[in-house]
Amino acid sequence: MRVTTVVIGAGHNGLAMSHCLTARSIDHVILERGEVANSWKTERWDSLRLLTPNWLSRLPGYRYDGDDPDGFRTMPETIGFIERYASVVRAPVRAHTRVTSVRAIDDGYEVATDQGEWQCRTVVLATGTTAVPTLPPFAAALPPDIRTVTPTSYRNPEQLEPGGVLVVGASASGTQIAEEILRSGRPVTIAVGEHVRVPRTYRGRDILWWMDGASVLDDRYDEIDDLTRARNVPSPQLAGSLDRRTVDLNRLTGLGVRMVGRLAGLADGKAQFSGSLHNKCELADLKMNRLFERIDAWATAQGLDREVDPPHRFEPTRVEASPPLTIQLSEFRTVVWACGFRPDFSFLQVPVFDFKGRVRHDGGVVQAPGMYVIGLSFLRRRKSTLIDGAHRDAPDVCDRLAAFLDRTPLEARESP
Amino acid sequence: MTTTKKPVDNGVNVEALLGARQALTEAPEAAKFTWRASCEWLRGTHSRSSVQGFYGLGEEQKHRTTYTFDADHPEIFASEDNGATPVEMVMCGLASCLTAGIAAVAQNRNIQLHSVKATLEGGMHLHGILGIDSDVRNGFDDIKVTYDIKADATPEEIKAIVAQSQKRSAVYDVVTNPTNVTVVVRT
Repeated sequence: MRVTTVVIGAGHNGLAMSHCLTARSIDHVILERGEVANSWKTERWDSLRLLTPNWLSRLPGYRYDGDDPDGFRTMPETIGFIERYASVVRAPVRAHTRVTSVRAIDDGYEVATDQGEWQCRTVVLATGTTAVPTLPPFAAALPPDIRTVTPTSYRNPEQLEPGGVLVVGASASGTQIAEEILRSGRPVTIAVGEHVRVPRTYRGRDILWWMDGASVLDDRYDEIDDLTRARNVPSPQLAGSLDRRTVDLNRLTGLGVRMVGRLAGLADGKAQFSGSLHNKCELADLKMNRLFERIDAWATAQGLDREVDPPHRFEPTRVEASPPLTIQLSEFRTVVWACGFRPDFSFLQVPVFDFKGRVRHDGGVVQAPGMYVIGLSFLRRRKSTLIDGAHRDAPDVCDRLAAFLDRTPLEARESP
Repeated sequence: MTTTKKPVDNGVNVEALLGARQALTEAPEAAKFTWRASCEWLRGTHSRSSVQGFYGLGEEQKHRTTYTFDADHPEIFASEDNGATPVEMVMCGLASCLTAGIAAVAQNRNIQLHSVKATLEGGMHLHGILGIDSDVRNGFDDIKVTYDIKADATPEEIKAIVAQSQKRSAVYDVVTNPTNVTVVVRT
């Protein structure tokens, strides 16, 4: 089968690309291994809500129009939102079609699936950035009697045995899961490496309202100081909840979670933790305060100071003087690997990977003619991994794709 | 905070460092370094270590000259005190590494340093190395580094430089994280 563009993945990014392609009359198909919003349906825990408020989900040709703009979607609500988008944009989704390989051919790419092959001139990778949970290299050395879960396989505390839980990672997933498991009565230890601390609300408004207003979320990939560092920044310690609570390390330790440094190794039946916890927390506190400075300056420039609460600062992260450096593994029945995710482009048989196995791209333009990617960390903007990120990323990437098609008309490519 | 019209100069060639970072990103093999040191026992607890050659950028490299370091123990350990104790040398390494990082980060952030002084304290319970109590570790139970820094920057900016220096420091990593150490005896 032949088509101009194959989009791989029918999440919000693939659907947003579809909308933009349709607007330019570029014929295309979306290949989806499962169904629309597949990972939201199959790889999320039960209590999860989006950490972005409902209004912060502007998509090309679609936006939230409900009566709770400041609420946070549950998973069923998220799935419904994305399914409605698929029908609104009339996305040509081929469900239950798993891509097995993408190879370069003379005039584009051949996309092999378990439902047949497609030839196309351009490919858009929209399979998402949270495809595969990353594990530390020594994860396999964990004793087999300790059960392990990841944010994609975790559902609720009831699936865990009674007993101690080590949560490895203190970003959005790790902090939320640690809080939920602690509330189930299990003792929880959280291993904390580099992390991003932000409160749910600041000066009476949602932190993401501030970051959107002050254009923090719109910082561009080609204007940022150190793009490599920016792309590796972990997700913020933010949770969506009915009571809009902040789930930071002070909250977790206040509830009784034991906090230790980054998990550094396993040896002699013990987990070893880095002695860097003080600095990791100091880095996060300093960074949070720099964000507040930017927000405060914007608020003053906008004349908002009388409308919102006055500027204030939060208590620094409380770290005990000498956190434990080793803990007997026998204290734990479960380890939650919440150390981050990576995309899965294992089907790509095109030399586009860097030395770390990451796809080389410039703002979504992959270093292979006619190949594009969307939804990766800081792809074009700080918010590229938020649903709202597709609002401007998808049209931008589609512009590049359309320009490529215009520059290389099919006839020219077919002539000898 | 004072403003100065002079260009910031901490004696760090940031352009060269950033250039090296770019070059080594594209040539990961060249980024593999091996550091070497040798050490010879002299008498009692007195030994002399030296460094000169190392490997990096794909070939053998050399310091400008050979540097030597005498180590010993103080007289209260019934030693002759011909040099620093090895654990003091570890603290020197940590301090020098963090301080070098502070200069580099400050330069990169366009902040002029006027003075940077570190004082270090490492607590140690001798019941560990003396084998009196197996629950006490041999090494430091805590290391405290205190910086006094004068610079054309706000206190928050200075704290951020010091924090970033820790994040990028090799010796800080060596000291705070486990490292496999293999000791073999040639026969």
